[in-house]
Amino acid sequence: MKQDYYTFHDMDDEEIEIRLLLEAIRLKYGYDFSGYSKVHIKRRILRRLSLSDYKSVLDMLPQVLRDRAFFESLLTEFSINVTEMFRDPSFYKAFRRDVVPVLKTYPFIRIWHAGCSTGEEVYSMAILLKEEGLYDRAQIYATDFNETVLQKAKEGIYPIHTVKDYTHNYQLAGGEASFADYYLADYDSVILDQSLRKRIIFADHNLVTDGVFGEMNVVICRNVLIYFGKELQNRVIGLFYDSLCHGGFLCLGSKESLKFTSRAEHFQSFAENEKIFRKRFGV
Amino acid sequence: MGYEAVVIGTSTGGMNALKKILIQLPHDFPMPIMIVQHLSPHSDNYLVKYLENLCRISVVEAEEKEKAAAGVAYIAPPNYHLMVDHEGCLQLSIDEKVNYARPAIDVLFETAADVYKDRLIGVLLTGANSDGSKGMCRIKEKGGVTIVQDPETAEADAMPRAALKAAVMDYRLSLDEIGKKIIELAGEGNVK
Repeated sequence: MKQDYYTFHDMDDEEIEIRLLLEAIRLKYGYDFSGYSKVHIKRRILRRLSLSDYKSVLDMLPQVLRDRAFFESLLTEFSINVTEMFRDPSFYKAFRRDVVPVLKTYPFIRIWHAGCSTGEEVYSMAILLKEEGLYDRAQIYATDFNETVLQKAKEGIYPIHTVKDYTHNYQLAGGEASFADYYLADYDSVILDQSLRKRIIFADHNLVTDGVFGEMNVVICRNVLIYFGKELQNRVIGLFYDSLCHGGFLCLGSKESLKFTSRAEHFQSFAENEKIFRKRFGV
Repeated sequence: MGYEAVVIGTSTGGMNALKKILIQLPHDFPMPIMIVQHLSPHSDNYLVKYLENLCRISVVEAEEKEKAAAGVAYIAPPNYHLMVDHEGCLQLSIDEKVNYARPAIDVLFETAADVYKDRLIGVLLTGANSDGSKGMCRIKEKGGVTIVQDPETAEADAMPRAALKAAVMDYRLSLDEIGKKIIELAGEGNVK
């Protein structure tokens, strides 16, 4: 067996139980979380445990194996579900100011939004492209490994209490119209304008196990890599590199960087503060 | 075996308290220091610049997957939790708020306690809420040393009081004494 940084005496029961649980999930359901950041995955599992009546991770294991619905609730814990429309408005502002002029020179634009969660940031990009007159020649592929969040993303229905913050973000992001133009309020929810979905394809894709999306002009993957261990980070950045056309843009979360990865020299910084990178020509 | 890391948590009044402690540390302080100061999600890195200018140790904003180095204080960025992994690398997360806070002190303290166990120094300072209490208990449970600012000397006493109520802490000190105590503990077992 491959040795990792856990030394024999250093692993407490909880860590052993977490490893058993992840191995059971891999064997039973085919999801491999071994490349995720261990500290992250531990926190998520312990959080799910605290919401259950179980006393230990080991106690939870039989139900994870035998009850698919319970497993799926755990899976939802593992994905990143903290998102909002125009999250980090300054990113969208920089994208509009610096990336859009380049995209305008292309006849057709292909964008891959990896780890799209419940879709708020995908629709934000759709709104931005629409306002820039680019939406009709764009194709957005929005992917996530979690079917539950993808379903929500497809619906494009969000709680009404979020609208105030989203409107504020939209304005900070340089929005040109009124945010209210893009949704209908319906009791406790807002339903996003259906036309925003026209150029979006939502699809199941797992960054851990699945392959490239070819010839993308833009790859957006924000606040996903921070949950991965270094090896998996390197694999996924390689995947993005192979998916991008030359000069294609890679957009990461505002505290993510390529600095500690093996691909740093394959990209050049384009908008440094906003973590927008460009695939280097001819590496 | 000596101590390997210091974690510090603070909220209201933290800027001044951090200054008073960090300013005492020598540039060759033998451990990394990881800090959570509650901040507004939209704040800039003024705190980092302010402390970096005043201190002999280096003060930076914590970066994702960076290996924590001795003599450097890492401050959690606004709107991200700061954690540390088994290789001593820093990790950020946008997970839900804990104790209404992101960054949350408990998140840093709990992960650091798991990694450094009895080789960790936990310090909880002034603050107007009860974040950090669970984390201090975890550090104590794992054999680390716990230092709480004496509530009588704190700009906001709720946070140190909550920790003192949650468990018996090793030291209850003023800010000046905390700096000295950290240096003293750092010297123990680190003398070659």
